[in-house]
Amino acid sequence: MARREPIGPLDYTRRLWLRLWLLAVAVFLYAPIVILVVFSFNDSKRNIVWQGFTTDYYVKAAANASLIEAFTNSLVIALVSTVISTIVGALMALALWRFRFPGKPGLDGAVALPIVIPEICMGVALLVFFNRVGVSAAFGWPFSLLPIIIGHVAFSFPFVCVVVRARMAGFDRSLEEASKDLGASEWQTFWNVTVPFMKPGLIAGGLLAMTLSLDDFVITFFTAGPGTLTFPVQVYSMVRFGATPEVNAASTILIVVTVILTVIALRLQRPDKEAAKLA
Amino acid sequence: MTDTPIVTFENVTKSFGRTKAVDGVSLAIPRNAFFALLGPSGCGKTTLLRMLGGFAHPTSGRVLIDGEDMADVPPNRRPVNMVFQSYAVFPHMTVAENVAYGLKVTGVPKAEIGPRVEEAIAMVRLDGMAARMPDELSGGQRQRVALARALVKRPKLLLLDEPLSALDKKLREEMQLELVRLQTEVGITFIIVTHDQEEALGMASDIAVMKEGRILQIAPPRQLYEHPTHRFVAEFIGASNSFECEVLGIEGGMARVRAPLLGELSVERASADVRAGTLIVRPEKMRMDFSSPDPDPGEVLVEARIDQISYFGDLSVVYLTAADGRRLQCSRYNTNRIDKGDPPPGTPCTIGIHPEDLLLVGD
Repeated sequence: MARREPIGPLDYTRRLWLRLWLLAVAVFLYAPIVILVVFSFNDSKRNIVWQGFTTDYYVKAAANASLIEAFTNSLVIALVSTVISTIVGALMALALWRFRFPGKPGLDGAVALPIVIPEICMGVALLVFFNRVGVSAAFGWPFSLLPIIIGHVAFSFPFVCVVVRARMAGFDRSLEEASKDLGASEWQTFWNVTVPFMKPGLIAGGLLAMTLSLDDFVITFFTAGPGTLTFPVQVYSMVRFGATPEVNAASTILIVVTVILTVIALRLQRPDKEAAKLA
Repeated sequence: MTDTPIVTFENVTKSFGRTKAVDGVSLAIPRNAFFALLGPSGCGKTTLLRMLGGFAHPTSGRVLIDGEDMADVPPNRRPVNMVFQSYAVFPHMTVAENVAYGLKVTGVPKAEIGPRVEEAIAMVRLDGMAARMPDELSGGQRQRVALARALVKRPKLLLLDEPLSALDKKLREEMQLELVRLQTEVGITFIIVTHDQEEALGMASDIAVMKEGRILQIAPPRQLYEHPTHRFVAEFIGASNSFECEVLGIEGGMARVRAPLLGELSVERASADVRAGTLIVRPEKMRMDFSSPDPDPGEVLVEARIDQISYFGDLSVVYLTAADGRRLQCSRYNTNRIDKGDPPPGTPCTIGIHPEDLLLVGD
């Protein structure tokens, strides 16, 4: 029996089968997105076969009033719900990390509940709830977005909580003690020492909350009042009448927006990276 | 006023559930001392230090700093600063920002902060590093940042929690000298917690030895080593040989005792409270003869056999078994460069002990 030569960890990338596998994964992951973007420039109404290059559909999408409205709604909802769920999630994480109190194990489990509950159940629950308490589109815009925002906060803050808590697990409590020892109050210590440490977790959690909110369909569909459209819901209704390049164009713009926001967030995080290594 | 102690513990007890971390400690620390709390881990020394910092509160008893009861004073209002065991240097701030932090948060005028920070950084010899981030510093440098950060506040008391435990041996020795220099330079009382007896002996002006939440002995280093009052202190600080003994009579500072191997003799009592206990003698105070016994007058002779010899460069420790099976150790300075050869294990030898080197200590 021929003994196989042992190979180093990096040598694996030179194996042909592994390279093919990597290629397959890349195709599987990115081909749909590439095709979506490419076909947004397709000069064809049916958008099945490539007909020629045009930016007409971007112009068309920009002129589509309901698409613009849906887009604006989605961005407003995403921004507001991200801010709220980042704050709520971070505070929750701090409470669970820092204090011992009766019912803590129960609360600990309950926080994760919105992550595991099927979205459809949560959507129905929120629908019934809002009907009961009567929060509806009785007010004009932007208050008509309120139920959706509440719904989005409800399912996205646990993600923030989980991320921030994981970050705080590596926090050296003596940093807080040192701050107080040097004369800082509880509040000064929180802002000068605890929050800077938490920042990468806040940014990661916030990004997560924002992407969840931007593309959420199910819960939004259930909680949106009559006449309130968000981007995913609008795209869905457009696709029902055939996927024109206009849908592709709108989606491409959304992708660009999210990528830009992510890059900005990561840039903000960078100066903390060295600090994170130490902790 | 300067005669009053800077720190007073009055019958302080701290319980965690059923265990007492600190058990009825009364202690006065004089001004400008370099005071060490020494003991094995879990003896309550860190709890005492944290009480001074305000991070632990006595279950009963009082803690006074400069004559003031600290019961209701939170950590940020105490005239005390601490160097934490982990250094706790803020990772997201530069060296200068770290040092300035304590001044900034307490509203010291900006014009004053700059020069004071510069002075503190120079004092701990970190000049030119003010703009560095903590992860660009070595462990020793980070500790200097923690020191500067505490000293810049000009506290009445500097607390150091195992400050040298994370440093390697060479750096540790360097920092020991540095800390002593700083203490004399700034004239602030330093209180250091350590489990390392060499560290305490080398730096402190006074040492309190703790065991299981109680203070056994408070004394300057030399007295602690030469006049331990408890067997635990004798064995924790340096090495010692002990002989259990029977006390036949007490005459002033001396006691008439009978001990196995040594016979009947008069020895010094470690303190007036010691009426029974153990005889101890330090390994370097025993004379060892490999060949024929050549006794000094007044010396007690003990027959033994060599088990093993450990060579440490400057000195060698000889481990022996005495005639009654007792283990003894004896240290010898290697004063000659030429190796005369160590006797092999099993070699019989005679140990000479002067009764004045023996001490009767409490158990």
